[in-house]
Amino acid sequence: MAMLKHLLGIEGLNPVTVTTLLDLAESYALLNRSGKTQRDLLRGRTLINLFFEDSTRTRTSFELAGKRLGADVLNMSVATSSVTKGETLLDTATTLNAMNCDLLVVRHNRSGAPALLAEKVGAAVINAGDGTHEHPTQALLDALTIRRNKGRISGLTIAICGDIAHSRVARSNILLLTMMGNFVRLIGPPTLLPSGIEAAGVELFHDMETGLKGADIVMMLRLQKERMTGGMVPSPREFFTYYGLDRAKLAYAKPDALVMHPGPMNRGVEIDSDIADDPARALIKEQVEMGVAVRMAVLDTLARG
Amino acid sequence: MITLFRKISYLNEIADKIVEGELLVQNGVIADFGPSLGTPEGAHIIEAEGAILCPGLVDLRASLGEPGFEYRETIASAAQAAAAGGITSIAVLPDCAPPIDDPALVHLIIARGQETGSVSLLPYATATRGLKGEELAEYGLLKRAGAVAFTDGGRAIASSRLMRLALSYASGFGMRIVQHPEDPELARGGAATSGARATWMGLPGIPAAAEAICVARDIRLAELTGGAVHFAHISTAEALDLIRTAKDKGLRVTCDTAPPYFDLNETAIGDYRTYNKLSPPLRAEADRNAVVAGLADGTIDAIASDHQPRDADDKRLPFADATPGGAGLATLLGVTLAQVTGRHLSMPRALALLTCAPAAWLGIEAGVIARGRPADLCLFDPERSWMVQAGRLPGKAQNTPFDGRALEGVVLGTWKAGKRVFG
Repeated sequence: MAMLKHLLGIEGLNPVTVTTLLDLAESYALLNRSGKTQRDLLRGRTLINLFFEDSTRTRTSFELAGKRLGADVLNMSVATSSVTKGETLLDTATTLNAMNCDLLVVRHNRSGAPALLAEKVGAAVINAGDGTHEHPTQALLDALTIRRNKGRISGLTIAICGDIAHSRVARSNILLLTMMGNFVRLIGPPTLLPSGIEAAGVELFHDMETGLKGADIVMMLRLQKERMTGGMVPSPREFFTYYGLDRAKLAYAKPDALVMHPGPMNRGVEIDSDIADDPARALIKEQVEMGVAVRMAVLDTLARG
Repeated sequence: MITLFRKISYLNEIADKIVEGELLVQNGVIADFGPSLGTPEGAHIIEAEGAILCPGLVDLRASLGEPGFEYRETIASAAQAAAAGGITSIAVLPDCAPPIDDPALVHLIIARGQETGSVSLLPYATATRGLKGEELAEYGLLKRAGAVAFTDGGRAIASSRLMRLALSYASGFGMRIVQHPEDPELARGGAATSGARATWMGLPGIPAAAEAICVARDIRLAELTGGAVHFAHISTAEALDLIRTAKDKGLRVTCDTAPPYFDLNETAIGDYRTYNKLSPPLRAEADRNAVVAGLADGTIDAIASDHQPRDADDKRLPFADATPGGAGLATLLGVTLAQVTGRHLSMPRALALLTCAPAAWLGIEAGVIARGRPADLCLFDPERSWMVQAGRLPGKAQNTPFDGRALEGVVLGTWKAGKRVFG
């Protein structure tokens, strides 16, 4: 496997690298379930979670992954105003270099911010979500979850639904899933499907009935409140009526179709609780579990690189 | 002071041929030229075989850091970059601080240009008071002070009503309104041209149609008012089609473009290169090709540097937060000449777009090699090449979108009113 210096996105990875990461993550998933740890692997290494944007789930997941591998984990939440954002970013890079940090997990509300940091710091940078660009560990954990439940991560029909335009999760998933040879469909109102996306070899749909037909996996995305105020969607109830996943819409997909959501969920906006809490259909808890395993695999790989 | 250029080629008076010969400068003006001139006593002789002498470049559009943004660039620094780029006249945008919306400020810019001794500064004045887009500036008084046209610089005049008034009122003084053609509502928050690249980079997009929509509206308003509109830095095929049609109809419509829009496309912003974040944004390859075609067929009236000085703090930011704009003075000639090397433009046509065409547009006594004209001249070697390197450009502003680009065409010397100011 080619040496990875940073993990800034799924773009730039190849199927071999992805498979290797998933295999390693699988072994960590088993290790985690067995209750064992491997605390000597990153002993003496420093991992900093640098979050310019609020996140509980992703930050905790990286923190747990780092601790299970024995790293010293620090969490830095940087409060930002729109004015000071930029300065803070590079000033922070200087500070981090002085601390000799080995692994830097970055979340930022601007696309490309982790790439900018990666140019300036000595640490290996892991993109934990940047603006509307990428969220590579989410795509990897989704892929691992799919592979464990469907036995493969190719040749599947996967529908990604909702606010594609503003979703970094969608971008990373489209890149990974098409690269691995799946059929990816995007379903959403035209205002939430970004320009030029069809060139990625995906199919676009504006209604759930045709879009979900024959789908093996239904991935729901979070619809942020500001999309409503931005006028891209008139109201939550209209969105739920046409694009919210309930049992009736799920029936359009294959009978054994499974439902995923990157969290946090807006119950009653993009997903009905009835589906979200159904262990027979929803993989949402397993996604969280695989998140830790995937992040262990990524930290392990980058620390070796 | 007498200077005789020998063994050179020069652009002829009507800018349709490069002819071999000699050219004599005396008392700051072009005294004579022809196949062979005698050598006057005491003449300083410049011989440069293979080099081309053209009028000093007339830059139709540049922002200078001064006044207000001296940390980015001063007028002295811009003059140095201009001289190195063969530029001897610059039409200066009014979006500095304070904005040029008062006759006294117009006088100030002209005077500051004269102080450099190397470049004439021709101030645009604001189209609206304080660049606020609310009420008209004092066009009559500003014109009398020396303003060359009216524009809100990098801001579009958004209101249709105000644009109508501006075109109408300016026409009474025989003046043009220069528009930054971009629908502000469609462009708001955007960082790159809409399309697959912006989508994959996660950048908010500005649709190419934002330009065409503004151009279409303003052509219609020019027709309604009988006013004259000029569109700055045209970057899209669609807008060029509209302008071509308007010109065919005989409307008073002109436009310019800038080197990034015929030399680069949106792929140049890859890896979030903020030096390539411009306004308007770099477009798709099809648009770039259309701009090249517009230069060749005369739809585009001039090439401007569109120089926008920025410093590291403006650019070392996440892409969406970085200030748009690229430095352009030192690379104006070289990037334009690449169109000659690429056989899209003839050498005389390329030079005309940088000299007599913008000079005629501005109505100034420059840009032409003619007897009795001020000896504003640029001597360059079209065969010699150089590499553009951010950090090593003349002047303070280093934010070039052409970093790493190899260019042919090295300026050997620049003369302002007969005085050598570079080389």
